[in-house]
Amino acid sequence: MSDSILNVSRRGFLQGIVSTGALILSVRLVPEFLWAAETSAGSHADHAILHPSVFVGIDTDGTVHLVAHRSEMGTSSRTSVPLILADELDADWKRVKLEQAIGDPRYGDQDTDGSHSVRDGFATMREAGATARLMLTRAAAQKWEVPVSECESDLHVIVHRPSKRKAGYGELASAAAALPVPKKEELQFKPKSAWRYIGKGATSYDLVDLCTGKAGFGMDARLDGMVYASIEHPPVLGGKVKSYDDKAPLQVRGVTQTIPIKPFTPPHHFQPLGGVAVIADNTWAAFQGRKKLNVAWDNGANASYNSDQYKKELQETARKPGKVVRNIGDVDAAFAKGGRVMEAEYYIPHLAHATMEPPVALADYRDGKVTVWAPTQSPQAVQETIGEELGIPKENVTCHVTLLGGGFGRKSKPDYAAEAAILSKATGKPVKVVWSREDDIKFGYYHAVAAMYMKAALDEKGRPTAWLQRSVFPPIGSTFALNTTYGDAGELGLGWTDLPFDIPNHRAENGSAENHVRIGWFRSVANIYHAFAAQSFANELAHASGRDSVEYLLELIGPARIVDVKASAPENENYGASTKDYPLDTARMRRVVELAAEKAGWGKRKLSKGSGMGIAVHRSFLTYVATVVEVEVDDQGEVKIPAVHTAVDAGVVVNPEATRAQIEGAAVFGTSIVRSGAITAKGGVIEQSNFNDYPVARMNEAPYKISVYIVDSDAPPAGVGEPGVPPFAPAVCNAIFAATGKRIRELPLSKA
Amino acid sequence: MMHIKVNGVEHSFDGDPDLPLLWYLRDVLGLTGTKFGCGIALCGNCTVHQDGKAIRSCVTSVGATAGKEIITIEAISKGGLHPVQQKWIEYNVPQCGYCQSGQIMQAISLLKEKPKPSDEDIEGGMAGNICRCGTYQRIRAAIKAAAGENV
Repeated sequence: MSDSILNVSRRGFLQGIVSTGALILSVRLVPEFLWAAETSAGSHADHAILHPSVFVGIDTDGTVHLVAHRSEMGTSSRTSVPLILADELDADWKRVKLEQAIGDPRYGDQDTDGSHSVRDGFATMREAGATARLMLTRAAAQKWEVPVSECESDLHVIVHRPSKRKAGYGELASAAAALPVPKKEELQFKPKSAWRYIGKGATSYDLVDLCTGKAGFGMDARLDGMVYASIEHPPVLGGKVKSYDDKAPLQVRGVTQTIPIKPFTPPHHFQPLGGVAVIADNTWAAFQGRKKLNVAWDNGANASYNSDQYKKELQETARKPGKVVRNIGDVDAAFAKGGRVMEAEYYIPHLAHATMEPPVALADYRDGKVTVWAPTQSPQAVQETIGEELGIPKENVTCHVTLLGGGFGRKSKPDYAAEAAILSKATGKPVKVVWSREDDIKFGYYHAVAAMYMKAALDEKGRPTAWLQRSVFPPIGSTFALNTTYGDAGELGLGWTDLPFDIPNHRAENGSAENHVRIGWFRSVANIYHAFAAQSFANELAHASGRDSVEYLLELIGPARIVDVKASAPENENYGASTKDYPLDTARMRRVVELAAEKAGWGKRKLSKGSGMGIAVHRSFLTYVATVVEVEVDDQGEVKIPAVHTAVDAGVVVNPEATRAQIEGAAVFGTSIVRSGAITAKGGVIEQSNFNDYPVARMNEAPYKISVYIVDSDAPPAGVGEPGVPPFAPAVCNAIFAATGKRIRELPLSKA
Repeated sequence: MMHIKVNGVEHSFDGDPDLPLLWYLRDVLGLTGTKFGCGIALCGNCTVHQDGKAIRSCVTSVGATAGKEIITIEAISKGGLHPVQQKWIEYNVPQCGYCQSGQIMQAISLLKEKPKPSDEDIEGGMAGNICRCGTYQRIRAAIKAAAGENV
């Protein structure tokens, strides 16, 4: 933060605009959202008269320019993070103009992932807001020649308490700008009782635009003279073009040329996959031309990848001892003592993000510089990747972040933006690369397929005396380094090395698995399969012991305490947060279980035949979520979800409405995982292609009523975009068991 | 030369008559409110109105729309917001928002046919429109509210 609190000297705004010729040309065509964003010549905040931080600028007319440095993909990050600053500044949200930051290290980490935008932004935004507020307060005191201590802010004005004199922020901006920027130690933060927006929230800054077709997504970016590209990627990861014939595509009306793109150098990282691009004067012509391309491929080693065989290998690996990643007590000795031994295996296939807006980007290469408009979760990764692909400094890449039509982790990987830049350089024109739905499904960075093996020994009361858990999955690290076959501490910390069950002998292991497709982050990542195994198995033990599921779950969690995870799993990263600020607190976990159960009427309602309730709890991204799912299963085995009750403890919640929406959405996302999601490969080629063979939940399949209960908490803010997902699948499957007696150990249901 | 009427304006077009309406709207006319989601009428993101009824513009050729009235999200309301859009805002429906143009166009068409839709009517009418963010519960509530129901 201290680096970004700078009294930035005023730069020539108009001069900056003129120097970015592409922008001037595009003003007519590019939606306002895109061109009103910051340019390489600086942001509106920079050019406001008072701009004590890169995140805020105040004009003499009182307009407050706030910079949204994280991406908007539906989680409200673009609104919620600046809202924190507005609160601490005591600014009127109606007088705030948001602008989207370009990729620039001066904003620090801009990755919108890991459910950490509010968590990271909380202190930074409050500091920036308090800094500007103090400067305005001092300017007012100086103007009135009164002590600063007699002055305070009150919604966009500074008030002199004794005399009740008032001065607006705009009126004070010039005088405040002449003052030195205060040091952090001088700042006074508003107490919780004075918060205007934190805890109350605001609807999305873009809400009206989103309902009127005016919002600017990556798919909507336009520049004069641009052409469209569709790319035939190698059908197998690592495949290469042997030869191709473009006579037929070039005869398609609108198609102008074809351009080969070189294959990546392993590891694939964020490099484009390679292939052949078809360039046309509209998207459809590019699609049509591509269908007529005749490419001969050298498929390479991954052509051996068959999901059926691979599944067996994963399951066999999971049955054998793996790398110990957490150990408490002595599991082997405890198993040797006997007791009732339970074993179970679980499996979840690869999943595709299937964002409604497929990958798309518009790039304009001129004289060694690139301007790119992309729906990206990581504009700095766009700069780096394009810089590497084109052999230019990343500083020569200006990345404008458009709205994202969904992200879920897919748009953290900027391969598609690099494709647009490569093709713009090759054609000498602005190029928009548009992935079809088939491209999106067939060439993703998939959620890892995973097999889990679980074993427990129970005493006579049904309490586990020993618990062994093993997970095997191709790791995300394989995207970045060759021969990476074990999960790293980050992935294993996602619900595996931090399971807070109160069991005297506990061991977590991880087995080796090679990747044959690109593996990437997917909303809540490894928590999905880890929670599925742990929470399903916990429920199996409850039933085996003849115990109530909620009561048993609470007993497994054990008494309220802080779990010292690092004592048994030294590499656990606690989501990059300190265990002092964000300890694993079982009191909070118990509370969400109790709250969800109470709200659902657990044990108090008589359910009809074929109906059942299931519960699961999981801590991810430092947030505690328990969910009770009610299902109805008909004679054909068709599962309906009439009700979901979810309790969330995410610490201080900035935007409760957005939080509720995220938890509702997570239930639908989870429904897709349970019902139908499966990506499989044969001969290295992905077998699915569109929503017919990779279905996602529709309205008639989604939960009918999702109720969300937010725990009032003073703990520091944690994540909300992802944590709703992990407990959902096990809660549904536990409910199906309660309704039918059928235990689901493999997803999706459509394959079971 | 074809004549296509979009949002009350008549355009002449001498390109490929097989060009899907979606790409004509987006790439030729610059009406980007209508979205591309799947290209084969499975997701409903591209929904527009043809003579007042919802159609999937990704599988409707420009040639087939000659003599018909096409209305897109940009012109669904003559000044201000359509009542369905107002309910969408009131119920804070969108998350990422990419699918919502299509959802709104579908909902308006549904309400024209069934002014007081039941849950089944709503599910039947809206099941063709995918929202990956999962805003279905709010969509249902907004439709009911637009139909004058207390929700």
